[in-house]
Amino acid sequence: MFPESLKNELQQKIDRVAHPREMAIDVINALQDHYGYFSDEALGQAADLLAMTPLELDELATFYTFIYREPVGKYVIHVCDSLICWMENGENLVAHLCNRLDIQMGETTADGLFTLLPVCCIGYCDRAPAILVNRMVHGPLTTDALDNLIDKLREAST
Amino acid sequence: MSGPYPQVLLKHRKPDRITTLAEYRQAGGYEALHRVLTSEDAAAVKAELADAVLLGRGGAGFPAGIKVQTVAEDAPFPRYVVCNADEMEPGTFKDRVFLHAEPHMLIEGITLAAFSIRAAHGIIFIRPEYESAARILEREIGIAHREGLLGDGIFGSEFSFDIDVHRSGGRYICGEVTAQINALQGIRPNPKQPPPYATDKGLWGQPTLVNNVETLACIPHIVNKGAQWFKDLALTPEAAGTKLFCISGKVNKPGCHELPLGIKLSEIIEDFCGGMKDGATFKGCLPGGASTGFLTVDHYHIAMDFDALKKVGNRLGTGAIMVFDHHTCMVDVTINLTEFFARESCGWCTPCREGFPYLLDLLRRIENGQGEADFLPMIKTMCQHLWKSYCAFAPGGVASIESLIVNFEDEVMAHIEGRGCPFKK
Ligand SMILES: Cc1cc2nc3c(=O)[nH]c(=O)nc-3n(C[C@H](O)[C@H](O)[C@H](O)COP(=O)(O)O)c2cc1C
Ligand code: SF4
Ligand code: FES
Repeated sequence: MFPESLKNELQQKIDRVAHPREMAIDVINALQDHYGYFSDEALGQAADLLAMTPLELDELATFYTFIYREPVGKYVIHVCDSLICWMENGENLVAHLCNRLDIQMGETTADGLFTLLPVCCIGYCDRAPAILVNRMVHGPLTTDALDNLIDKLREAST
Repeated sequence: MSGPYPQVLLKHRKPDRITTLAEYRQAGGYEALHRVLTSEDAAAVKAELADAVLLGRGGAGFPAGIKVQTVAEDAPFPRYVVCNADEMEPGTFKDRVFLHAEPHMLIEGITLAAFSIRAAHGIIFIRPEYESAARILEREIGIAHREGLLGDGIFGSEFSFDIDVHRSGGRYICGEVTAQINALQGIRPNPKQPPPYATDKGLWGQPTLVNNVETLACIPHIVNKGAQWFKDLALTPEAAGTKLFCISGKVNKPGCHELPLGIKLSEIIEDFCGGMKDGATFKGCLPGGASTGFLTVDHYHIAMDFDALKKVGNRLGTGAIMVFDHHTCMVDVTINLTEFFARESCGWCTPCREGFPYLLDLLRRIENGQGEADFLPMIKTMCQHLWKSYCAFAPGGVASIESLIVNFEDEVMAHIEGRGCPFKK
């Protein structure tokens, strides 16, 4: 379902700019927030709004790290695996996280709560090792701090 | 301890919040814009920028004064200014620190740059990881509008200007100018080889100035205090201005510091970062992000400026210093960096798309004890091929590999001859 209110809101934003397609990422983000991921249905709706072809939009959607073409969990955890986080014990942290959630990188927990994805340096190397949970940064992390974080997120969604 | 050094961009930095508009104006903010707009003198801004030798802070070090002059007087309208806040170069977080400190300094800088080329629209292109900075910018742009510092007829002049914040979907290549222009137009962000240059035909085919956050933030100060003052900020005669260095890795206190260009690497590490972590020994560093080559102990006292690094075949890049100690395996470090480039390659051209996985395979085999001496010439040849790629991504990506082979050849050979990593025994 694509609520009329959201559709109108996006349409208004598009009408304000000179070239509809400059709003492509914003529209994709809005639909992704609504559906939880950028579904085929959302792709078609975005294409209509932006006067672009579904293919043109898929070219964008498949390119970017923060656009999910497949369902993801309620909390998307992007773990930085670039140099500084990796040097600051990041590898053990990843192993711990996979173990704790009982999934591999790229997977979602059975309860649909957590998705684990790798990400390149997120610009918080002064707080390494760092991760993003739904784009909010956490760091520097220890395994204890990570356990606490996961517990809190679990609690918040029961 | 040396210094204290003059602070320009981060002088009023606070631990937990931005400098508000009122505070910024109290400290002389928007005076440069006021003076320039009431005198209507765009040529003077351009001349001062050129004299100041402000080299681009986004990694390539191109003179900002020359770039504004490449927008021809009779170029078509509308014209655009794009502020590059993508900052995806691994190790780099200076723009993030700055954006959380002085959003109005950036807004003023963008507006001055826009006035100098008579641009009517500004765009801040920002990475999705910096959502909090994006929100700060949107809010402060709104405030600047209400105060008449943006919008129609700024300071009662004829000049009207707006700024929008554009969020990226998140890919390293979007930091490259031509890819960024594609991204802004809702086109898959593969780079496009110039000509035409962006200042000639950029966004929507119109003249577009693209500059880094830090570069633009310097402009109000140069306009206020003059080119000579800016040059005198640096410690070496060839350099000009301060630089936001961000230091991470094996130091006691990682962080971002505004320091004069030309400051010694050793001084940065010892006096501003609390020295090496846990008393370890300095082994080397990357001076300016993942796209620069390794410095070694031989360079420990090098002057951190564009020229000095060029002289040793390296680059200042973004000023992101990533420090390694004597426990760090440089082959392992290079593997991590190469994984980054293999993953972030936009895939448009073959040398880059195919070359990084190939190099990664050879490096991993060396690390795992399956390396052979003839891997070294194979790696060198492949790096040379990568220099022929379509954009500057690939030459940046091989910088660490090439310098590994030159500066840490003994360590690579120890892996090959010892059939494994000497640091993992
Ligand atoms: C692969 C690649 C990534 C880049 N990423 C950035 C970036 O994130 N931020 C930036 O300011 N410049 C980046 N640059 C440099 C830009 O192409 C350009 O030189 C710069 O934005 C111009 O601004 P400046 O002259 O003020 O530095 C990148 C270049 C390449 C080749
Ligand atoms: S060098 Fe790499 S990033 Fe640049 S165009 Fe070629 S594939 Fe894309
Ligand atoms: S390396 Fe992880 S945030 Fe920079």
